[in-house]
Amino acid sequence: MADLSTNFLGIKSPNPFWLASAPPTDKEYNVRRAFEAGWGGVVWKTLGSEGPPVVNVNGPRYGAVYGADRRLLGLNNIELITDRPLEVNLREIKACKRDYPDRAMIVSLMVPCEEAAWKAILPLVEDTGADGIELNFGCPHGMSERGMGAAVGQVPEYIEMVTRWCKQYSRMPVIVKLTPNITDVRKPAAAAKAGGADAVSLINTINSITSVDLDTMSPEPSIDGKGSHGGYCGPAVKPIALSMVSEIARDPETHGLPISGIGGITTWRDAAEFISLGCGNVQVCTAAMTYGFKIVDELKSGLSDWMDEKGYASVADVVGRAVPNVTDWQYLNLNYVAKAKIDQDACIKCGRCYAACEDTSHQAISMSPDRVFEVIDEECVACNLCVNVCPVEDCITMEPMTAGDIDPRTGKVVEPEYANWTSHPNNPSTQAAE
Amino acid sequence: MASNTMTPGIVSGRLSEDEIKKNFDDLYTPLDGHEAAVAADRCYFCYDAPCITACPTAIDIPLFIRQIQTGTPEAAAKTILDQNILGGMCARVCPTETLCEEACVREAAEGKPVEIGRLQRFATDTLMDTGVHPFMRASDTGKSIAVVGTGPAGLACAHRLAMKGHSVTLYDAKSKLGGLNEFGIAAYKTAGNFAEKEVNWLLQIGGITVKSGVRLGHEISLDDLADAFDAVFLGIGLGGVNALRADGEDKTGVEDAVSFIAHLRQASDLTKLPVGRNVIVVGGGMTAVDAAVQSKLLGAENVTIAYRRDQDRMSASRYEQDHATSSGVRILTNVVLRQIIGNGSVCEAEFEYVTQTDAGLTGTGEILRLPADQIFKAIGQTLETVPDRLDIQGGKIVVDAAGRTSMPKIWAGGDCTAGGEDLTVTAVAEGRDAAEDIHNTLMV
Repeated sequence: MADLSTNFLGIKSPNPFWLASAPPTDKEYNVRRAFEAGWGGVVWKTLGSEGPPVVNVNGPRYGAVYGADRRLLGLNNIELITDRPLEVNLREIKACKRDYPDRAMIVSLMVPCEEAAWKAILPLVEDTGADGIELNFGCPHGMSERGMGAAVGQVPEYIEMVTRWCKQYSRMPVIVKLTPNITDVRKPAAAAKAGGADAVSLINTINSITSVDLDTMSPEPSIDGKGSHGGYCGPAVKPIALSMVSEIARDPETHGLPISGIGGITTWRDAAEFISLGCGNVQVCTAAMTYGFKIVDELKSGLSDWMDEKGYASVADVVGRAVPNVTDWQYLNLNYVAKAKIDQDACIKCGRCYAACEDTSHQAISMSPDRVFEVIDEECVACNLCVNVCPVEDCITMEPMTAGDIDPRTGKVVEPEYANWTSHPNNPSTQAAE
Repeated sequence: MASNTMTPGIVSGRLSEDEIKKNFDDLYTPLDGHEAAVAADRCYFCYDAPCITACPTAIDIPLFIRQIQTGTPEAAAKTILDQNILGGMCARVCPTETLCEEACVREAAEGKPVEIGRLQRFATDTLMDTGVHPFMRASDTGKSIAVVGTGPAGLACAHRLAMKGHSVTLYDAKSKLGGLNEFGIAAYKTAGNFAEKEVNWLLQIGGITVKSGVRLGHEISLDDLADAFDAVFLGIGLGGVNALRADGEDKTGVEDAVSFIAHLRQASDLTKLPVGRNVIVVGGGMTAVDAAVQSKLLGAENVTIAYRRDQDRMSASRYEQDHATSSGVRILTNVVLRQIIGNGSVCEAEFEYVTQTDAGLTGTGEILRLPADQIFKAIGQTLETVPDRLDIQGGKIVVDAAGRTSMPKIWAGGDCTAGGEDLTVTAVAEGRDAAEDIHNTLMV
């Protein structure tokens, strides 16, 4: 059976599934339930400086985007960092770590961008026996208006500076949590590395308004008729997170920097994808908030079974496996030719592929009077839209053409050699061969 | 309680008031908002959807379901009613399992179609509960049309004509409108007096003058109507009932199933409605099922549907057959009623088993006798008064695709005409299409 245990920055946990810093990790009660359910670790909800805690709104904190059957696809929140006194949180962190020594206990921190503030809180956290800290440079709402959270995460110089303080005043591993609300995630990641960060975690939530109440004309979640952008998370953000993770994993400047993957991880498969793109472990929040802590059973069994099937002995064996396959568009093989193929036995004749192709693509699917849908190879550019809109999995597949065959669309032979845009004759920048 | 299910003869009050009330309540619980949302989410919004093709009135089903999904059931209702003004009744009585839901791709995919019928009811009920009639009458054309019969065909025709600005005079032989919707369908399919409510809602279009209790061939003649109006539409249904042609048919206790159903539908107190202890329904269609099931629901101890062929030849849908058997009705097949035995009143029914041969049904000689207090005839209906000079074929009025009869100015549709299944939804389509053709003819 595959070994799911991980050693991330020297922090051991029985499995790679940590709960992200968020409402599920705000209290001892929740964290104990999480550990009892089998989670490998938690990142305790962000602590602020000593003194009067922040206050939260007293109306809705969350807004949602739904798929069919009201399946939660995206969630946003306008909740702030912990609104409980610092000493209460520290006491509870200590108790949890004491009772669950084999689990990872990371403490998320967000204090003002002043050296004294960081210098003050770090020993208090260290005293709890926590395994590490995560710097919350990502929260996009509320705290950022006070010069913290995403306001720091959007300025690489601040990231580097604060990270350096934390390394200077603490022996604990430092994970820098990155905001996606920037144009190029590699810059803050590089700054974290330059400041001495042991790892980065990403993504934090994305600025968002989930909906507008068309009766009151208020954004959701609505507080007394007004709304503010909140942080978006859940399955809908996974593709954005995967891309950002991959950018850091493959950039020469940050390559090798440990990554804790966050962003819409809902199933074991999502987790395996993040790990394959370079994450040493993953953090989960929305899925737990939607379905409860019990999902960790499926996360563990799914990952373990898949690793057994593929012959991966440990999680570390999987980390970064897909990174070499992430490339720039210009290096994609233009001689690779595929055609859509419809499995007539699996087809339920809904015609969505036809509507999609006929109305919005390449008119490459025919429809007979008795509703047989067939791909017209002469027109098919293998765009994949039919696959994407088909309600039956694997009913439509993309079949690569064999080298040497003639692509009926172009009339050209499918070349066996790899050839990309950099050498394509249509590229004005191509160097002439002669 | 004076009587119970085992009381001999044809008596009322076999069940308590509470049991009767429960038995004749809405057969299908309407979807609530949440259930409708879940059901609607299953629709794939198919291209040129097979369910539309399967619907005799070609309702744009994916569109109305999408409108339910997006929280606009009233718009969904408008989509339905645009094609089928009796969409509310059709949502209750359509054999959806052999129409739209049979064609649903999820039936092919999972054996579980989108619940189109129930969603249609959700939409139409939502709109009709508001009392709003979503159609406007066009400006008066000056043309006047007589519509005879207020079943689904006549109502659909009258509404469409009125909407286009024509003046419609709507005749019915009975004092109450609605035709088979009001008199011929099992009560539990149209609970809450729905048929009557739907007629009143439909008439809100305006421009329709109702003349009830007026019989064609008695108070009015087709020639008079043709003279007085620019066009005439006949939606007169089938008023007669086929005879059993068995000995003893005249005995007390032998009744038409349609009369029994009509009587039941109009009864103010079902505990006062008599029914036999041993009931036999002869026939294999929807009427047979409706009569049999309702007999059972009234408290008959033994109810048997006797059909002369194999069960898969019954014209009642499989769903209806299952409904009958699950209600405790026995379906007896390959039997022909030969003799009704009894001294004045029915006491036994004698059947002969038959086999299907190339020459037709042949008796095997094997005889079966069943105790019977009440025998319902449900072996098909006939055109009662055939209007003179109309071409008739197979006992039905001959019409072309647009509903034109052999006589100028006369259109017809619904069960009285040949072609199409005798379904409410088919009648609606025929009435509607005839109205379009009348309009196009008159407005050239």
